[in-house]
Amino acid sequence: MSGFRLETGGRIDRSQPVTFSFDGKAYQGFAGDTLASALLANGVMLFGRSFKYHRPRGLVAAGSEEPNALISVHRGPGRFTPNLRATGVEIHNGLKAFSQNRWPSLAMDFGAINDRLGMFFPAGFYNKTFMWPRSFWDRVYEPAIRKMAGLGDAPTAEDPDVYASTYAHCDLLIIGAGPAGIDAALGAMDSNKRIVLIDEQDELGGGALADPALWPWLERSVKALTEATNVTILTRTTAFGFYHDNFIGAVQRLTDHLPNVTDTPREKLWRIRAGEVVLAQGAIERPLVFDGNDTPGVMLSSAARVFANRYGVAVGKALTLMASHDSGWHDVFALAKAGVGISAIIDVRKSVDSALLHAAERLGIKVYLNHGVVGVNGRHNVSSVEICDYSDQRVHRINCDALLMAGGWTPSVHLWSHSKGSLKWRDDLGAYVPDVPNENVRCIGGCFGDWDFGTGAVIDVLPTPKDQSRIKAFVDYQNDVTAKDIKLAVREGFRSIEHIKRYTTNGMATDQGKTSNLNGLQIASSALNKPVPDIGLTSFRPPYTPQTFGALAGHAKGALFQPTRTTNIDSWAQAHGAVFELVAQWRRARYFPKAGEDMHAAVNRECVAVRSSVGIFDASTLGKIEVVGPDAAEFLNRMYTNPWKALEPGRCRYGLLLKEDGFITDDGVSARLAPDRFHLTTTTGGAARVLNMMEDYLQTEWPDLDVWLTSTTEQYAVIALQGPNARKVLEPLVEGIDLSAEAFPHMAIREGTICGIETRLFRVSFTGELGFEINVPTAYGRFIWERLMAQGAQYDITAYGTEAMHVLRAEKGFIIVGQDTDGTVTPFDAGLDWAVGKKKPDFVGKRSMARPDIVAPGRKQLVGLLTDDPNVVLEEGAQIVAYPNQPIPMTMIGHVTSSYWSETLGRSIAMALVAGGHDMMGDTLYIPMPGKTHTAKVSGTVFYDLEGARLHV
Amino acid sequence: MILIHCPYCDEKRPEIEFANAGQAHIARPLDPAGQSDADWEAYLFIRANPRGRHHERWRHVHGCGRFFNAVRDTVTDKFETTYKAGEPRR
Ligand SMILES: [Zn+2]
Repeated sequence: MSGFRLETGGRIDRSQPVTFSFDGKAYQGFAGDTLASALLANGVMLFGRSFKYHRPRGLVAAGSEEPNALISVHRGPGRFTPNLRATGVEIHNGLKAFSQNRWPSLAMDFGAINDRLGMFFPAGFYNKTFMWPRSFWDRVYEPAIRKMAGLGDAPTAEDPDVYASTYAHCDLLIIGAGPAGIDAALGAMDSNKRIVLIDEQDELGGGALADPALWPWLERSVKALTEATNVTILTRTTAFGFYHDNFIGAVQRLTDHLPNVTDTPREKLWRIRAGEVVLAQGAIERPLVFDGNDTPGVMLSSAARVFANRYGVAVGKALTLMASHDSGWHDVFALAKAGVGISAIIDVRKSVDSALLHAAERLGIKVYLNHGVVGVNGRHNVSSVEICDYSDQRVHRINCDALLMAGGWTPSVHLWSHSKGSLKWRDDLGAYVPDVPNENVRCIGGCFGDWDFGTGAVIDVLPTPKDQSRIKAFVDYQNDVTAKDIKLAVREGFRSIEHIKRYTTNGMATDQGKTSNLNGLQIASSALNKPVPDIGLTSFRPPYTPQTFGALAGHAKGALFQPTRTTNIDSWAQAHGAVFELVAQWRRARYFPKAGEDMHAAVNRECVAVRSSVGIFDASTLGKIEVVGPDAAEFLNRMYTNPWKALEPGRCRYGLLLKEDGFITDDGVSARLAPDRFHLTTTTGGAARVLNMMEDYLQTEWPDLDVWLTSTTEQYAVIALQGPNARKVLEPLVEGIDLSAEAFPHMAIREGTICGIETRLFRVSFTGELGFEINVPTAYGRFIWERLMAQGAQYDITAYGTEAMHVLRAEKGFIIVGQDTDGTVTPFDAGLDWAVGKKKPDFVGKRSMARPDIVAPGRKQLVGLLTDDPNVVLEEGAQIVAYPNQPIPMTMIGHVTSSYWSETLGRSIAMALVAGGHDMMGDTLYIPMPGKTHTAKVSGTVFYDLEGARLHV
Repeated sequence: MILIHCPYCDEKRPEIEFANAGQAHIARPLDPAGQSDADWEAYLFIRANPRGRHHERWRHVHGCGRFFNAVRDTVTDKFETTYKAGEPRR
């Protein structure tokens, strides 16, 4: 037992005891305690095991820079959070916390064997050791490393919590509510500015919380700010990232500090746009680097002061200070005043301010100048330290149960660096401080290098007479990087700190090197014999501290992850047992299984119904664009491959759209309603892309054309009625349109009414059968659908889904852009040269069709494939080879793009892109599949009704 | 998140309202058929990749829908200026 609760002092509420558990053992603390302070008060010094060596570790810090004391919190099923810093976890009744990276227990850890094998774990260990043989990485090394090294366990259950998010705008955003931040807020409070003040802790005050002399000021200030109507105070809120144009991301923790709250949002993501940002994030004390500096009980002197003054906890009964900076002296004086026993002050400097010496003398504290700690005794807690007199190199022992480190200060420039503000090196501080801003932001107080607790010496590693190869002086506690590792990296030729960082992993842990970066830089600087600014500085990147995925995702999960678009007929499909698929955010009925049917049986039935009688299909998701204006025909003529100017009103045309590079990007049937009005259709997934492309040409290449483009996709419900009986079903319901074959031929459009509702009625077919597509205002979609179902009952009208639609179109060789094409397919490759206007001087993509690569032989071309065994349905995506007996890897000449069982034909059909395929008709190709190589004959892509007789009835 | 000034709306709006549309001031040749293969290749595929000032097109796709031109510094990601389509290069 080492730490204990002081009789008095601190900001905890001693009238409110709190019971919590750590590793299953119950402890008591007080309201206002963190897990760290409460456990310390109970004498717990061992908080975790280190990442690589599994060395016992205790607290180093009292704030969010804590590298060692990472713990997990369980809040019930699915509510498990790993890698929380014990210094930031507020205790509440029932809190269940657990240590990490230990087995079977924290005190007796099997992995600690790594520590004894330390000689095998040098810098670059992973790179050097696990490179060969390759197969060992997946099966042996990685699982073993994951088990042995690593932080907390990743949660396995879905997170049941709810997370909120919001946007905020303000004139002044102050990040950090220590004395500097509070002063800034008070100074701006009387303006009309909208001010937001953010602090990551549970109460405002920052460093002032550990300085009782400032508490009256703090209380007055917080009261004034709380009462000010133009100041928004966000506590328990971490500004984790500074993005462009003063855009700050922050996460507010709403319920983790409360017992059993699960019905309100757990955290809230704030996205704040600020006119001006003031960073008042303070500074982080720097550890000193010496042998054994990771023993539990060795911690920052400022942390010991925070534990005593803020939480009323002494970290030990006899504390020794190892200092290179005046601030540590002030800390121990404050600790002595709070009633904590101080055994000695050791300072690496030969002389210090005489006022410090006098103060120490008054308090009866023994002082050792020009001394340094060269060893720490005790495994689970400090029992004594060995100090060396640098004047004669003699070593002697001092008994103590805690060793405080005061190595100077590192300004917290993390968010400043996110904002791309530049830094300048200050030799006197041994630290980088903010220089030139890149946004409307300024740093004040500690993060600007502005502090009032004296000066110090900047050193890399405490000198020691010991054998350098036998000491473990840690720089990065969280990633177990020692001074020796950094020196080794330099010896092996690494020069840039960015490379040294990655090779040693210094500063690459979850704390991003908050306590280790500057010490690492100093050590590299000495080893390279170059000043620090010459070897650079690694970049800070968001987040400042780790944040939950839940907070970042907010509401955007599950059904709210992205919108699901549904048609007006979707509810009918749902009620009739449709199996759905998502297509470009649309929920589409894939097939309508009857009792006992699998997909195969349902699709076969649906296909046969269309070919033999009549089928009905919800085509509402088709992209639709209304093209209007005197130059509408000229515009379409320039956009599409085929001629549009001669198209008569009332007629339709298949439009093929290329990109300027000559490759197919979309297709669809479009109709001319009037000389200046077209109803375009696009593929379901291509609607937005096509409209964007058309707007681009219209706005930027041909702004002289008088044309307006309007997306009408969601204005119309579209019902495809397909099959030999389609006209018979439709005829009794339609008024004002002569449906006869003569009056209303294939590829025509008529306007009239259906069941009293205005309709644009297309006579078109994506199935090869007599077909109509009925466009009605969206709200009438299901109404018309149900009337058609009733009217078609006598013909056994059958609803079919996208799967049957795919089979039916494949039987007719109609391509699906994006399935049978892949962005490298020209009209000629796809066998669609008939859709290209040969006489047109220009259209988008025309010039590219004459590019050398496009006219070269051997391009992949779309062909049909008929397997020799008609029962074999090839896998879509399967590769095709010309000869089956070549050595592996074989030369692949193409792949299967579409493949189905055709119940109508009683055999399988497929389409494929094959190099030079148009010249291979009748040839046998080979499709190697797991278990068997299949053979297939190349054919045309139309498998059914080659002459198209069924369309024109 | 960057703020981008739309020259048509004359407002600074968050970048999520906009979509990048590639390098600016690449006009489609008036006579594509008369272009040599090399010229056509250059028009189609060859783009600048400057370190620093870059002229590029943006579309206020979730706003007014207009395409416009911008000068953005590719190092700092800062927009120097934005201007309407058809206006001379800045
Ligand atoms: Zn706009």
